[in-house]
Amino acid sequence: MKIGVVTFPGTLDDDDAARAIRLAGADPVSLWHASDDLRAVDAVVLPGGFSYGDYLRCGAIAALAPVMNSVVSAANAGLPVLGICNGFQVLCESHLLPGALIRNSQQRFVCRDQDLVVVNNSTAWTRDFGENETITIPLKNGEGNFQATADAVAELEGEGRVVFRYAGLNPNGSMNDIAGITNARGNVVGLMPHPEHAVEAGFGVRSADGPRAGTDGLRFFTSVLTSTLAA
Amino acid sequence: MEQSYDTIADAAATPDQQMPFAELGLKPEEYERICGLLSRRPTNAELAMYSVMWSEHCSYKSSKKHLKEQFGAKTTDAMREHLLVGMGQNAGVVDIGDGWAVTFKVESHNHPSFVEPYQGAATGVGGIVRDIIAMGARPVAVMDQLRFGAVDHPDTARVVHGVVGGVGGYGNCLGLPNIGGEAEFDPSYQGNPLVNALCIGVMRHEDIHLANAEGVGNLVVLFGARTGGDGIGGASILASETFEEGMPTKRPSVQVGDPFMEKVLIECCLELFHAGVVEAIQDLGAAGISCATSELAANGGTGMHVDLEKVLLRDPTLTAGEILMSESQERMMAIVTPAQLDAFMAITTKWDVETAVIGEVTGDARLVIDHHGQRIVDVDPATVAIDSPVYDRPHARPTWQDDLVENGTGDLESVKSVEELMELIRRIALDPNEAGKGWITDQYDRFVRGNTALSQPDDAGVIRVDESTGRGIALSSDANGWYTKLNPYEGARQALAESYRNVCTVGAKPLAVTDCLNFGNPEDPDAMWQLVEAMKGLADGCQEMGIPVTGGNVSLYNSSGTVKGQPDSSINPTPVVGVLGVMEDVRKAAPSGFQREDSAVVLLGKTYEELDGSAWARIVHDHLGGVPPRVDLDEEMALGRVLLALHGAETGELGRVIESAHDLSSGGLAQALVEMTGNAGIGGAFDLRPLCDRDGIDSFTALFSESQARVLLEVPEGLLEVVYAAAAAEGIEALRIGTTGGELLAISPAETAGWSGSDTILFDVQELSSQSDSVLHGIFD
Repeated sequence: MKIGVVTFPGTLDDDDAARAIRLAGADPVSLWHASDDLRAVDAVVLPGGFSYGDYLRCGAIAALAPVMNSVVSAANAGLPVLGICNGFQVLCESHLLPGALIRNSQQRFVCRDQDLVVVNNSTAWTRDFGENETITIPLKNGEGNFQATADAVAELEGEGRVVFRYAGLNPNGSMNDIAGITNARGNVVGLMPHPEHAVEAGFGVRSADGPRAGTDGLRFFTSVLTSTLAA
Repeated sequence: MEQSYDTIADAAATPDQQMPFAELGLKPEEYERICGLLSRRPTNAELAMYSVMWSEHCSYKSSKKHLKEQFGAKTTDAMREHLLVGMGQNAGVVDIGDGWAVTFKVESHNHPSFVEPYQGAATGVGGIVRDIIAMGARPVAVMDQLRFGAVDHPDTARVVHGVVGGVGGYGNCLGLPNIGGEAEFDPSYQGNPLVNALCIGVMRHEDIHLANAEGVGNLVVLFGARTGGDGIGGASILASETFEEGMPTKRPSVQVGDPFMEKVLIECCLELFHAGVVEAIQDLGAAGISCATSELAANGGTGMHVDLEKVLLRDPTLTAGEILMSESQERMMAIVTPAQLDAFMAITTKWDVETAVIGEVTGDARLVIDHHGQRIVDVDPATVAIDSPVYDRPHARPTWQDDLVENGTGDLESVKSVEELMELIRRIALDPNEAGKGWITDQYDRFVRGNTALSQPDDAGVIRVDESTGRGIALSSDANGWYTKLNPYEGARQALAESYRNVCTVGAKPLAVTDCLNFGNPEDPDAMWQLVEAMKGLADGCQEMGIPVTGGNVSLYNSSGTVKGQPDSSINPTPVVGVLGVMEDVRKAAPSGFQREDSAVVLLGKTYEELDGSAWARIVHDHLGGVPPRVDLDEEMALGRVLLALHGAETGELGRVIESAHDLSSGGLAQALVEMTGNAGIGGAFDLRPLCDRDGIDSFTALFSESQARVLLEVPEGLLEVVYAAAAAEGIEALRIGTTGGELLAISPAETAGWSGSDTILFDVQELSSQSDSVLHGIFD
């Protein structure tokens, strides 16, 4: 099972995503922005960072990279794609997902251990979670405030395509506390918080077992294994 | 545009031409020396080079003599045991075992950060990160040591928002976790904030690179961002004299950073090193191309010939002098063999990094620079980069020092009730200098790279280096400007002691030191005395502890006024000391908050009546005077051995001895308990009677004294004897003072018999901790 990890200039969390994939039991495959070759991977992760320095708009330039042509067609054909943080922004700019991420409502970058409710556990990336389970993974961004038209939000809510909601507090002003969403088919998921930083005890988030013991993020990556094996 | 040149031929032909050396900050005798070295007057370009390279910032001319006498002379061979590269290169390199090497350094960017806080701080981070890249290492973490003016001064918020935004904006965008640091407020930093940034890099031993230009015929390659008009500073004085009307307005002197470019440069440089297609890389910082060319050539004992018109420009109207002096960020200079140039260019092209061959290494020990065929520089590079002036500045104990030292806290009112003690604990805990720093650190990414085991508010930042073994490093930095003002020698030693203690507290073995000495005007004998004393203290301390300073920075002229000789003429002298330690498995690092209910809490070390310079004196009485806490480095090392023995103790099924640990520093035992209970929300009950009896002190002293060499440990009840035995073996006092658990912090003082009112200090942990966290929010939101 091979999962591609895309590196754009300015991508930061590609090594972390690759580690998470390894720990989940799959093989990470590095994908380069300038090549449209997806190297026969079974799923793709668009990791976090500041692709192209967030110039123009977060994710706007990355959405035009050659690799994204292939990612968009493959996603439309059912390939599981996970966009984390800047990757979520790229998915919105690529129109694989609706809406946009704007500056946090408090106008500052925020880094915290964030509680989320898994609203939809039937996507390719959330199968290993319980319905309405509360999980904790890191959040770290300056532009994580999810906004969409009233119609788009109503459609997301109506079709059960809100995948994660912020719990405890809404850290950035996102509409309806939305932290992550999916496409109609459930194979493309984007979210602002970072599952790849909560996959290893000792280096994760605060949990009942210790200050960095939380590894809820690992199940994003085991979910996609189950999904693709089942498919 | 037609440029007129001041060539070396012109300089030889017009020996008497007046040069604006004073406007560029050179003294008449320095100018005479330049003329002597060249046997003619300098050209405009040469004068610009010498003026910047001989500035305090680049040449260390006021501190060099003392750096040599102190750190040079006092670093023994035994201390160099783990040292792979020492002072003098871009950063020191330390062996941490298993073939891994760590390079780390702290630097200041104080003055730009007052003028333009966001860009000043951002480019401070950028500069230190490039130093680490130049050594061949991958940068893996940053820390920031910040000091601001009074929290209620109208200008402080401007500086705080800008600096924190800049440190975060740049570091976050580079993908480097921020694992700790310091943030303090004091009126002495008004108009003179301190912005120090520390970067840590990791590499294999065989990947270490030195920035030396060697190999005659090798190419000099400039790559990264284009050269623009930012940060030109003094060179514009020359430009305005030399060139015709109609030139564009000169830009601001603070540089502007582009962290995206720097992130690309990191990856590009690492790929160049790993492909083996580069001989050396030097970063461009202060004095830009002037500095990089002269340092590379001087370090390599070679010469260099550069054609300046080959430099890629952002602004085509830049003059030769401006190109030489520009401090545009995110640029690197490489030495490449002609045979490897194609492979080099293939990698920079892959990363879309613009690259230009601008010259070559020569064998004549001359740095020669032409612009469109006009020779504007011909100097011995060592005279620019190494043999700068050295001053023995007058230094003398300030006339006001005795008054300061004699004005101790002995006469300040004492405390007579539990209610008063509670009020003091609360006041200190909610003072901006002691309160939670989440408002700052939550603007920094601490997770990126997935190797952060501990970060703020723990005692030290801890990073995994080797994923297969868990081997990693701990880093803490400390400075106490108030103690250092009372006694600069002891203040520097205290900073070392505290940093060393923090590293041991989390479970790492200290190996090496970096320092950033932030002091006042060296032309004021008071400030110069503080600097010399602090250097002596730090060098003596390092020798006593057997760990070397591997590199760092001296920042002088941190004084916003022009009056010398007054107690407030300069900032509080602030020697920031960073200690690097190694641990075999970072997953075992001890956090600073209580982890379990019903653990025993043990205080290691002895408490004396030491309240001068304390948080209590400053916060409650606005008082600074007296004698700072005694520093006993033998005791600190013994304490360190106890901590490391306990961290490493094998107990089989009984588990780890140290569940959590926190050193006692500013605010004493009271503040340590507030933090240990607040960090994870687990309370505890504590009894001061045994401590007061043993040490012959009252409860007030027990709570607020800032005696050194003390640490609090959380220990499973069944392992208490292990702790007592380890402490006894090193002659360190160990005393159980309480038990963890519950939602309250409860402290029983020793003197309740004679007091009226309640007999127990009680705080709701959650409430106090959330009040503490909201202090900076309340001020800066």
